[in-house]
Amino acid sequence: MYDNEMALSFRAVSANESFARISVAAFAVQLDPAVSEITEIKTAVSEAVTNSIIHAYDDSDGFVHLWCGIKENKLYIKISDDGKGIKDIHMAMEPLFTTKPEQERSGLGFTIMQSFMDEIDVKSEFGKGTLVSMSKTISPQSGR
Amino acid sequence: MSVEFKVINSSLIVNINSEIDHHFVDETKKLIDKKASESGVKNIVFNFENVDFMDSAGIGMIIGRYKFTTQKGGITSVACLSENLKRIMMISGLYRIIKIYNSVEEASRAV
Repeated sequence: MYDNEMALSFRAVSANESFARISVAAFAVQLDPAVSEITEIKTAVSEAVTNSIIHAYDDSDGFVHLWCGIKENKLYIKISDDGKGIKDIHMAMEPLFTTKPEQERSGLGFTIMQSFMDEIDVKSEFGKGTLVSMSKTISPQSGR
Repeated sequence: MSVEFKVINSSLIVNINSEIDHHFVDETKKLIDKKASESGVKNIVFNFENVDFMDSAGIGMIIGRYKFTTQKGGITSVACLSENLKRIMMISGLYRIIKIYNSVEEASRAV
């Protein structure tokens, strides 16, 4: 059981990237995170949401789903879509791997999520969608 | 304006006043290339003084402009990075090919 939870769904368009990361940051404030922790969370959310927006639906319409939970001093985030899925998750998570080099994608999204969050898990079913689950323990302010 | 341009000698200075994500980059990269071509510069300096957020889309944007300036025999450099942006530059390995300066003046003097 979580101490608190929130959920949002929004259309998979790039204008919602900032909406998503700001929403998570606003929710996470109740854990009293440091500015650097907020930036890390925002960056990881931005990467996951951008992946869904760029890759999940190609040119058709779809939604991205965002869920956050708090238990004690840990933030849990799930970002999912109902899009085409990832064929090979291991390859997708390799640094610099991208299916869209012509669009100047860096292939560093998962690398950044791994660097900025404590845990990350990716589940994907081809043709059904992708779920990225991440968590991060927020250190108590008194320790800083 | 979220992006403003200035030409100093052979460099296009790109002043960004926005968070840098995929949405921003898709709207801005063509504009940067257009300005760089029109002004005939061979170098690009990104001024990140007013940028407090950047994700990996920014890395793609910088690498794309690096390719552009390399073709013209010039360089792409970045100035005024916050700690967060420095960290993204380190994680990506971009610091190995893109020089980081403390100010636009320093960056434009170096070319």
